[in-house]
Amino acid sequence: MEKQANKVLVQSATAGFEEKNDMLVTVVPAEPGQGIKVKLVSPVRRQYGKHMEKLIVETVQAAGFSDVNIEAIDKSAWDYTIKARVLGALERGMQK
Amino acid sequence: MFVPGNNPKMINSADIYGADSLMFDIEDSIAVTEKDTARLLVAEALKAQKFHSETVVRINHPTQTPFGMDDLRVILPAKPDLIRLPKVECVEEIELVASEIERVEKENGWDAGTIRIIAAIESVKGLYNVREICKHPRMVAIALGAEDFIANLKTNRTKTGIELYYVRSQILMAARDAEIQCMDTVFSDVKDMEGFEHEVSNSRDMGFDGKSVIHPKQITEVHRLYTPTDKQIAKALKVLDAYADAQKNHKGVLAVDGKMIDGPIVVRAQRVVDQAIAAGVNVEEKRELA
Amino acid sequence: MKNAAGREIPEHITGIENIKPYQGEFAYQPTGNIIGKKIRVGKPGADKVLESIEQAIEKTNLKSGQTVSFHHHLRNGDYLMKMVVEKIAAKGIKDITIASSSLSPCHDFLIDYIEDGTVTALETSGLRGELGKYLTKNPGKLKKPVIIRSHGGRARAIEAGEVKIDVAFMGAPTCDRLGNATGKEGKSAFGSMGYAMVDAAYAEQVVILTDNLIDGFVHPYSIPQVQVDYVVAVDAIGDPAGIASGAIRLTKSPTQLLMAQYAAEVMDAAGYLKQGFSMQLGSGGASLAAAKFIREKMEAKQIKGSFGIGGATGIFTEMLKDDLFEVCYDAQTFDTTAIQSIQENPRHLEVSASFYANPWNAGPIVNALDVVILSATEVDLDFNVNVITDSNGTLMGASGGHSDTAAGAKLSLIVVPLVRGRLPMIRDHVQNVVTPGESIDVIITDRGIAVNPKRADLIEKLKGTKLPLMTIEELQAMAYEFVGKPEEIQVSQEDKDIVAVVEYRDGSIIDIIRKPID
Repeated sequence: MEKQANKVLVQSATAGFEEKNDMLVTVVPAEPGQGIKVKLVSPVRRQYGKHMEKLIVETVQAAGFSDVNIEAIDKSAWDYTIKARVLGALERGMQK
Repeated sequence: MFVPGNNPKMINSADIYGADSLMFDIEDSIAVTEKDTARLLVAEALKAQKFHSETVVRINHPTQTPFGMDDLRVILPAKPDLIRLPKVECVEEIELVASEIERVEKENGWDAGTIRIIAAIESVKGLYNVREICKHPRMVAIALGAEDFIANLKTNRTKTGIELYYVRSQILMAARDAEIQCMDTVFSDVKDMEGFEHEVSNSRDMGFDGKSVIHPKQITEVHRLYTPTDKQIAKALKVLDAYADAQKNHKGVLAVDGKMIDGPIVVRAQRVVDQAIAAGVNVEEKRELA
Repeated sequence: MKNAAGREIPEHITGIENIKPYQGEFAYQPTGNIIGKKIRVGKPGADKVLESIEQAIEKTNLKSGQTVSFHHHLRNGDYLMKMVVEKIAAKGIKDITIASSSLSPCHDFLIDYIEDGTVTALETSGLRGELGKYLTKNPGKLKKPVIIRSHGGRARAIEAGEVKIDVAFMGAPTCDRLGNATGKEGKSAFGSMGYAMVDAAYAEQVVILTDNLIDGFVHPYSIPQVQVDYVVAVDAIGDPAGIASGAIRLTKSPTQLLMAQYAAEVMDAAGYLKQGFSMQLGSGGASLAAAKFIREKMEAKQIKGSFGIGGATGIFTEMLKDDLFEVCYDAQTFDTTAIQSIQENPRHLEVSASFYANPWNAGPIVNALDVVILSATEVDLDFNVNVITDSNGTLMGASGGHSDTAAGAKLSLIVVPLVRGRLPMIRDHVQNVVTPGESIDVIITDRGIAVNPKRADLIEKLKGTKLPLMTIEELQAMAYEFVGKPEEIQVSQEDKDIVAVVEYRDGSIIDIIRKPID
């Protein structure tokens, strides 16, 4: 994936739903230098929590952002869903 | 089988039911406010997973809606097997999508023709241009979208299907003329399996190659109805055997069970056997059952 | 010491004596005799009917430190256990062991009586709901670990004297003044009294609680008067809505139906679907749905089965009624249709839990079973099955008849989805073993079917079919491709954090349930 120039989130935004196999992702702009912080609630926290947090951070980084707060309410989402919801929230966070 | 594109639970289990083709929908089953996330979800699903079935994405119309071009931008790099274009009215719309596909194929170094197109006729205007639409080189199948079409006709769906008779016939003719496949519209009353069987039998008899379904239990029904019966297979084998024998022994006129057999009948018999084999039937076992 | 299911069993467990590690399905050879009640004299003119539960507690001389038992035929509509335990606590009696055939969410109230020391030990087949979560997190609240037994294992333990029941409190929907009781009549009717029959025969004292005390005579009876010491009339023994659901419907879930269809095809291709075959269906959606496809095949082949074993549901009793099976041996009746069947159909027989599944008698009916279709909370690469805890190690299920039927049946099938939510159901090692891999022949998932390598004969028979066969390792790998490999749950290794001991049918210990570390 190409590394893009540092993007700055314009506004908070959400994507996804609190439904089975989905994830409700909320992205909130953070102060410059704060980095990417993830707060994850998940029924499979013990089995996949660390992996999911890492995936969220990587997805945000690959999309070109460096300072974002993410709140994720997971309902057993698979990886592709997590990626899609994070990207979707970031995209919405860049709209005017 | 249609799979709503914004529903991860259904996407996750879509592949287990033996559908020949999975159609991930980011068009009519998706609310206007979710078009952006649905296309991302389907794109990521396609990138992540190996589906056994053929993958199709029904995008929003590229010129009739503001979403279609963004759909192509996100979906094409995820490499579905087919793009399904809804509500097609003229061949220019096919050309627009085809040129987008061509561009993405070149960018990614994929073979030309990696992603093809299935188009749905859902209006009278589209019907009047169906022959040209079908002939576009990237087209692999033409489908009927009945709900919108019937609204266009200003009538209702009936059990006999008379309101769709003309459009079904015309679409089929155009498909055969262009030598592409022809798919029938969905039957939305999942509880009415009798009505479903009736509709599928009719369109099969008309010549349709298959049907769009919305529930896994409809898949087995369609497969069953399109699989030749043991009797049909046995009869077809008899015809083919007689034909092969006539060829070998230079016999002029050929008859099986008192009926004359000529070219088209042999072709039909071969098609029955091919269909049976494709459905996984052991045709040799059926030989003696005529 | 590692047992024959590959589980580490400690040499010493506080509160558990005579630790025997699991050695194999039929490895252990018992010695000794079945126990018996103290002899008592029933005099003419004596009246067993008491005024109240309190009076029953007094008359039976229930003391602190003793063991009481209940059956779970009232399922999630049980009022009795709460009524009795409340009265026991009100008298200041403490340190009671409850040996119930199982526990349901309506028994969550026990948490309060564990907290105040009234109840200090539990022996049951299952633990669910808030009680299950509470005990998983607080193993130290009981004086010793919970003992989990299968239905057959409980009957065995009672008959062999390993569980000495001082007083059995049993609910009966109809009882006469002499103590003859039945489960088939009355507003709280629940059908078979299979679990209660064992308690009635072997508990030192038996108290029947009924909400339909009749002046006449109960016949036919499920519990005979000669085993009953006292009878108490109460307003209601349970809530009919919680006791028996209306007719259980076949699942509509396409995934469950797909697995059910696979199960019927495996049975057929393996050669077990033939004239005179016998079967048992577990109570999960896919297991019950298999009946639909089995029925279709039976009708197409024009064959009739010999017997079925219950937990009986209407789904099976309809097949019995339609003459597809000769007889049903029923230890527990689940829904209203099946209850009506046991009332009306002479070929629907009530049997005790011992007749059903006790491995230590001259032969329980599970030994004659051809096919059983069961579910699981998870399975592993060795074909071991968990039905008691979830993938987080929380108590939420029951041993039930799982290990009994799997050991007895010629063909044991497990139906389980490959992935539940995001959790792969095929683990390297299940969180807890209830049924050992050696009892399991085929694992059927929605994406593939794995045959136990020890059944080369089955692998051969299924090869010619269109079924999606693969090794269990391949199935697991497929799951990991979808959801990734999960991290393992950490559980405490300390003796004080042992939540429960899982007994195999023969009383040996097949696994230990330990408290998860967060």
